Amino acid sequence: MLRKLLIGTMLAGGLVAGYSATTYAAGGSVEVLHWWTSGGEAAALDVLKKKLESQGITWKDMPVAGGGGEQAMTTLRARVTAGDPPTAVQALGYDITDWAKQGVVGDLSDVANKEGWDKVIPGALQNFAKYDGKWIAAPVNVHSTNWLWINKKDLDAAGGKAPESWDELIAVLDKMKANGIIPIVGGGNAWNAATMFDSVVLSLGTDFYKASMVDLDPAALSGDKMVEAFTRLSKLRSYVDDNFSGREWNLDSAMVIEGKAGMQIMGDWAKGEFVHAKKKPGEDFVCIRFPGTQGAVTFNSDMFMMFKVGEDKKAAQLQMASDIMSPDFQSSFNVVKGSVPARTDVPDTAFDACGKKGIKDLAEANEKGTLFGSMSQGYASPAAIKNAMYDVITREYNGDIDPKEAAKELAAAVAAAKG
Amino acid sequence: MTQTRAEIAPILARTRRAPKEVLQDLLPKIVLAPSFALILVFVYGFIVFTGFLSFSGSKLLPDFSTWVGFDNYVRLFKHPNWIVSLKNLAIFSVLYIVICSVIGLALAIFLDQKIRGEGLLRPIYLYPMALSFIVTGVAWKWFLDPGIGLEHAMHQLGWASFSFRWIKQGDMAIYTIVIAAIWQSSGFVMAMFLAGLRGVDNEIIKAAQIDGASTVMIYRRIIIPLMRPVFLSAFVVLAHLAIKSYDLVVAMTDGGPGTATWTPALFMTKFTFGRNEMGMGAASAIIMLMMIFAIIVPYLYSELGQKK
Repeated sequence: MLRKLLIGTMLAGGLVAGYSATTYAAGGSVEVLHWWTSGGEAAALDVLKKKLESQGITWKDMPVAGGGGEQAMTTLRARVTAGDPPTAVQALGYDITDWAKQGVVGDLSDVANKEGWDKVIPGALQNFAKYDGKWIAAPVNVHSTNWLWINKKDLDAAGGKAPESWDELIAVLDKMKANGIIPIVGGGNAWNAATMFDSVVLSLGTDFYKASMVDLDPAALSGDKMVEAFTRLSKLRSYVDDNFSGREWNLDSAMVIEGKAGMQIMGDWAKGEFVHAKKKPGEDFVCIRFPGTQGAVTFNSDMFMMFKVGEDKKAAQLQMASDIMSPDFQSSFNVVKGSVPARTDVPDTAFDACGKKGIKDLAEANEKGTLFGSMSQGYASPAAIKNAMYDVITREYNGDIDPKEAAKELAAAVAAAKG
Repeated sequence: MTQTRAEIAPILARTRRAPKEVLQDLLPKIVLAPSFALILVFVYGFIVFTGFLSFSGSKLLPDFSTWVGFDNYVRLFKHPNWIVSLKNLAIFSVLYIVICSVIGLALAIFLDQKIRGEGLLRPIYLYPMALSFIVTGVAWKWFLDPGIGLEHAMHQLGWASFSFRWIKQGDMAIYTIVIAAIWQSSGFVMAMFLAGLRGVDNEIIKAAQIDGASTVMIYRRIIIPLMRPVFLSAFVVLAHLAIKSYDLVVAMTDGGPGTATWTPALFMTKFTFGRNEMGMGAASAIIMLMMIFAIIVPYLYSELGQKK
């Protein structure tokens, strides 16, 4: 009886092992901490779960809900402090670097070197997925923030031409206002206003974005161009309805979908809302880069950061990393999620018009060196500095300080947060 | 005077002490020991831990390898958000404590008039206390939101010029939190005062009535002064609720518009867990602890002093 059972188990194990070409583990389990709990996100993650299960790896789900993952990071602190980290954790930008500094992350170099990740993942992403020359995280997708989502009907009523410069944008906004709708929505909380600010700063030049948001040059942070950036942000605010405060981005999107509002500046996760409401890109809504930012991309990328685990779990961890980076998963996941693949060699056939544009823009920006980490999503500076910027941006957006004061305070806040 | 043997027998027995009696003496200590140990570690132990953290350079995780002295405190008091938090705490706690006490006392005095239906009215006022601050916060957020709440309802009823949008205005938003908090807590204060009113000796009141004092006079000169300990208790309960105010703010505004409704507790959470500034977060927690001590210690001192 026992022998039969053993033979059966071995056979089954052999079958599973033979199923996939690059199999590192037969059996084993991965424990995954993430905050993808909402409908579309959970469906996207399910793709990965199914793939792993087909390879005989058990998926232990550990969802901790909460938008930007703050709650998830708090849970992670407790787990790491207790010496029992999960296998993989969804993480963003500088959080990954911060955890790597603590010396608790794993090493994916074996699988990364074998599969040649260096060649297919954009360099700007590698800065986060690698630490000290070692691969520590597997990027799942690339989102970008410098998008403008416009209701097609409202745009047609306002002339029909998608704006390509700041002046054209203002002209369209004025027409929309005259047509009796709310021209633009957004900025309901600090994060939302900062997401708009990404685009506004980028529209004043890629060099300026790099100097101020990435290199944190004090002169750029307090200079005339920054005053101009805040002035533009306030100008946009003047077209937003008075009821914006506290409104979440997806409610903003709903207003654009319904045509109550003309447009919204938001990352490409907003596309999910449009698609979910059965709207088609090009027919019902228009997706363009924020006027003046075509050719450049401010990105953020969801990554699975891998932690140091025991030898018994290591094989399953490497298998998961390999699965995440496989082109077919990158394609099927990102079609569902609304983002674009984190590797540049994935065919765009399965994507809609906005997705195709996103893939093309990403490749172009990667080549031209105009692919920058998004400040608002924590890919341009560590959390302390990012949030110090949030404070100033949201206060300026809400009219507590004027653009000149804001530029001065921005430089001061960044200097204070560095210390 | 000599005692008979029968008289001193029980005394002798007591000094020898049966095992059952020894157990009886020890039992309370045995029962209390685990909770004492737990409190020692998980309350006072972690207070000390937080104290150490506030002098360390901890960022993402506790880090006791770098010591920065009072640096975290200096940065804390230079940070504009902390200053806003302190200002909001001052506005919030003064208004909250004063208005809650006044409303609570007024309700208690009215209910004390032996009116009919007191049994029904009392739970109605007390009921908000049964809700969590999160529920209160979400309900008031919707109620005060100009787009869907009070203002919208008034517009639909035809009063088009009606405008109440404090929750969206940076300079007024903190007062909407005061309103919600008062709604939540007044009933509880009322119950405390009502218990106090019922505790006043009827003989004194009757004596005053015979001397011809009016009802107002009786309340002002006799009953309210007699309720001094109740006022003190109400103050202590409300004050520490005010300093800890976190969930209500998170539910209603999450610190917005801008940074207009930050409070110290919100500051602590955001800095410790959101901004990877554990050292500064710990420093703000220690300052909050000191504020609470400044209220509780004199209170305990006066309470314990009275018993001697």
